[in-house]
Amino acid sequence: MKTEKDGRPVWTKKDLLGLEYLSREEIALILYTAESFKEVTTRQIKKVPALRGKTVINLFYEPSTRTRTSFELAAKRLSADVINVAIEASSVRKGETLIDTGRNIEALKIDIIVVRHNTSGAPNILSRAVKSSVVNAGDGWHEHPTQALLDMFTLKSKLGRIEGLNVSIIGDIAHSRVARSNIWGLTKMGANVTVCAPKMLIPDKIEDMGVKVTTDIDEALEKADAINVLRMQFERDGALAFPSKLEYFKQYGVTAERLKKCKKDIVVMHPGPINRGVEMSSEVADGANSVILEQVTNGIAVRMAALYLVSNARGKEI
Amino acid sequence: MKYLIKSGRLIDPANKIDGTLDVLISDGKIDKVGKSLNAKQAKVIDAKGKIVAPGFVDMHTHLREPGREDEETVRTGTRAAIRGGFTSVCCMPNTEPAIDRPETVDMLRSAINRDALCNVFIIGAITEGRGGKKLCDFKGMKKEGIVGVSDDGSSVDDENVMTAALKEAKKNSLIIIEHCEDMKISGEGVVNKGFISTKMGLRGIPREAEYERVKRDIELARQTDAAIHIAHVSCKESVDIIRKAKQKKVKLTAEAAPHHFTLTDECCVTYDTNTKMNPPLRTKEDVYAIKKAISEGTIDIIATDHAPHTDAEKDVEFDFAPFGIIGLETALSLAVAEFIDTKTMGWNRLIEALSAGPAGILGINKGSLKSGSAADVIIIDPEKEYIYKKELIESKSKNSPFINWTLKARVSHVFVAGRLVMKDGVISE
Repeated sequence: MKTEKDGRPVWTKKDLLGLEYLSREEIALILYTAESFKEVTTRQIKKVPALRGKTVINLFYEPSTRTRTSFELAAKRLSADVINVAIEASSVRKGETLIDTGRNIEALKIDIIVVRHNTSGAPNILSRAVKSSVVNAGDGWHEHPTQALLDMFTLKSKLGRIEGLNVSIIGDIAHSRVARSNIWGLTKMGANVTVCAPKMLIPDKIEDMGVKVTTDIDEALEKADAINVLRMQFERDGALAFPSKLEYFKQYGVTAERLKKCKKDIVVMHPGPINRGVEMSSEVADGANSVILEQVTNGIAVRMAALYLVSNARGKEI
Repeated sequence: MKYLIKSGRLIDPANKIDGTLDVLISDGKIDKVGKSLNAKQAKVIDAKGKIVAPGFVDMHTHLREPGREDEETVRTGTRAAIRGGFTSVCCMPNTEPAIDRPETVDMLRSAINRDALCNVFIIGAITEGRGGKKLCDFKGMKKEGIVGVSDDGSSVDDENVMTAALKEAKKNSLIIIEHCEDMKISGEGVVNKGFISTKMGLRGIPREAEYERVKRDIELARQTDAAIHIAHVSCKESVDIIRKAKQKKVKLTAEAAPHHFTLTDECCVTYDTNTKMNPPLRTKEDVYAIKKAISEGTIDIIATDHAPHTDAEKDVEFDFAPFGIIGLETALSLAVAEFIDTKTMGWNRLIEALSAGPAGILGINKGSLKSGSAADVIIIDPEKEYIYKKELIESKSKNSPFINWTLKARVSHVFVAGRLVMKDGVISE
């Protein structure tokens, strides 16, 4: 990574596709930049002119309210113009191709494409086809970099550091882009990551990503400084792996009773939306250890940082 | 027309010849092979420093005719073959409609007679519409000239149908070329199941999908005493199963494709859809096992699985792209890089795996420079380096992961039945 004369790092990437592709220094730079935008979001007038005259498109191939809203707010607070386009995934294969859509967007002189897609790797493919910046807002089971960045940002603001922390990610690891981005990010920042799920929901060779694997939730909770509890999507692939929501809750649900045995200050995160009574009890979701709503607030600052950095990338590289 | 190819290193594995020898071609046939030949009125081609070999035979080509002429045609596909040194290709029957009855074989034969620049042998389907249920008319298709049967692209799922197919193929002296894949295991997978599929967030294709079916099909071939040829072997377990079975007198042969001995699933990480093929790219250990198996002969031959798809089909999300890459034009160079340059095996075995080997499996009179045989001859410049540029690809489709690679060893001259179809790299139609 390039640095300024005074040693400050310089952002050089046109895109933010995933945390796998970033260095520790680049992740630190996003988190550092987000700090100053966090301050902006607490002002009376929550707007800075950083992206004035720039245009951001939220190109969503998968329904999403919270991520899209968060990106939209982030762009607006940077004074960018924002357009939202939702494309129904079912019509994709018949309609215009992703690359053609990307080129049309580019022809409209749009600076940043925020893309959410139901298939893994779609942002990578799109980013090669256009000169506009591409920010991945979640692709298939692959990555959801801004979610992991906001998780790390929240963690750092709560516990003062990431390095050396024990973080457990609990839930459907196999089908989770949040899990993958968190694993890349946290391990690069020096945390000890454990993933915990029923066997069927642990993907092949996940340990090669530098994590500990367990099927025992009590083991995952025991030494954890923080947990990130994933949404169980029974309507999707989870159904195959587990007999019922109630059974899942019994075996893997994060409950007040289970939390009692954990470190007192354990940080409880969830990317939302929560299935109360499935992966987490209401008591925990609303309890003292939960930072779930702070995550939502921090999401805007982190996304402001991401949009700001990619649009000001210097000596752009892919 | 007479041609005299002089002073090349002549490698003819079928006749156990390897030496500096001349070859005289006249009236479309090999006249003779010998030292310091002279012939009046013959055009002389100096092959000093080059390798002279029988034209290659590809057992596994998709020419896409009829039905997908946007991807490839007999003409463009055979041009690609010539560029790569193949003077014979076998075209797979997964066309639209499938080549599953004597009438379609006959129809395809006329397209071949009209357009082909090299010899094209036809593979018929095993089951009607490649549906895996009702056997095709092997006897009728054989009369129209098919040399083997395959439902390539799919496996014959039903054990009873497969058994019946093996018996019927045996009765008609046809070989079954089996695409080994248990779809119940491979499901919706798009890349090899393992660390790479996990980190890419893609559905994996377990290796069991291949080798469990290899195991089953070899057992059925043993029971019926019929000949079976395993297409595009991709994983080390399949290699082990084949090696063991070969010690037990099963009529068994196997092929591997250049991409499976050159690339691993690590190439997929950019989501380049030209790394998406079926069977998928596997791991380093699999590549090692396949190379070893080819060099020792456990995998008998190299076949390209040349599978053209248009840019429009491939320039999409990884999940949506069709499987397969083109391979005729790069097969030799990739094999040279992986086998000759690494000293894994010598030129003799390589030429055999590309010519006499497949010809022997199919029982066709090719892959030999014996005097009197049709003069399918190629000249290879083994040291010639080139950049494999997209705009120079002969195939109608350009779906190759090797574009812009610097490759070595190029075919300069190709004779098909004594006709000089490619001269100094220029193809004449």
